[in-house]
Amino acid sequence: MSKLLSEKTKQVFLVPLSKNNPITVQVLGICSALAVTAKLEPALVMGLSVTIIVAFSNLIISLLRNTIPNRIRIIVQLVVVASLVTIVSEFLKAYAYDISVQLSVYIGLIITNCILMGRLEAFAMANNPWESFVDGFGNGFGYAWILVVVAFFRELLGSGTLLGFKVIPHSFYEAGYANNGLMILPPMALIIVACVIWVHRARNKELQEK
Amino acid sequence: MENVASIFVKSIFVDNMIFAYFLGMCSYLAVSKNVKTSIGLGMAVIFVLAITLPINYLLEVHVLKEGALTWLSPNLKDLDLSYLAFILFIAVIAAMTQLVEMAVEKFSPSLYSSLGIFLPLIAVNCAIMGGSLFMQQRAFNNVAETTSYAIGSGVGWTLAIVGLAAIREKMEYSDVPAPLRGLGITFITVALMGIAFMCFSGLKI
Repeated sequence: MSKLLSEKTKQVFLVPLSKNNPITVQVLGICSALAVTAKLEPALVMGLSVTIIVAFSNLIISLLRNTIPNRIRIIVQLVVVASLVTIVSEFLKAYAYDISVQLSVYIGLIITNCILMGRLEAFAMANNPWESFVDGFGNGFGYAWILVVVAFFRELLGSGTLLGFKVIPHSFYEAGYANNGLMILPPMALIIVACVIWVHRARNKELQEK
Repeated sequence: MENVASIFVKSIFVDNMIFAYFLGMCSYLAVSKNVKTSIGLGMAVIFVLAITLPINYLLEVHVLKEGALTWLSPNLKDLDLSYLAFILFIAVIAAMTQLVEMAVEKFSPSLYSSLGIFLPLIAVNCAIMGGSLFMQQRAFNNVAETTSYAIGSGVGWTLAIVGLAAIREKMEYSDVPAPLRGLGITFITVALMGIAFMCFSGLKI
């Protein structure tokens, strides 16, 4: 075990969770992060799908990295990613049809999700398979937790539910509380991500921009 | 003909790639620092969308759909290749951007030097792939409608990036709280622009 998780590998896994988070610091994969977060459930599925796809495409590309000619590497990467996305999409259609309908085109768009290309180019092309695999998981989870936080607030304040269950007691509504319909609309996703960035950068001063 | 025009206007304002679907966000946030380069990128996006979408449409109708291969042989009418859509679409997009890049380099070096770095990056811009997937989902009737959707979406994307770049140029001079500087305030600006664009949502032509 100690050999599997050496100090460096541990760093590779932990850094993307906060200091080098794909969404708030590297600014990768924003599109899907904003679009699927109106409800918690699709956000969880999306986070999980992206994690699996990043980890395995990192692994495959890292295994192939010495045999890929430099000029056509983007196309090779795209083909590997597209095959993995096709597998995940067919899997979701078979076992979680409702969610795959809710996610609609955004599952297909994982192919062009910048997290994938970013990590493949920056990490998998230059590191060994095991570390690339761990890096994929780290970045996938870093992406997923932002999605879950955003979706949590949007679903709670927008529909008063979490994972489809009512959590705001009925007496609140009788006392005059109302769901904030604006939360479900696309622009609020941006504002919540901005708030996450705000908190994150207020706590990590070295990330602030001049 | 009316349908073509209405798809065009709708795809610019109502179904705006950025404000309604967040497509192409990465390059949208990264390149919108000044107006001139953002116009260049916008042009490149319109160009590539207008070329790849009709090709992908023809592929979808004549190769991928269930029973689309009957023109090859009537025995193939039960064949459904739609699970190959992702791979085929992305291959077309990557190949077309490469071709467009080579053609532009050969025939218009001045345009090439102004678009230069952006052209190859467009292959992984989600606006292009998203355009193809929405085209598949909405099932347009013919190539004309698809082309008008492609150009409309591109124009909408360009409008959004040029608008944001103009605002960011002005924002250089404002005093933003330190943790929000850069990325954070840009997100909020985009959100406010998105709310403004929501007033088009009832638009019917």
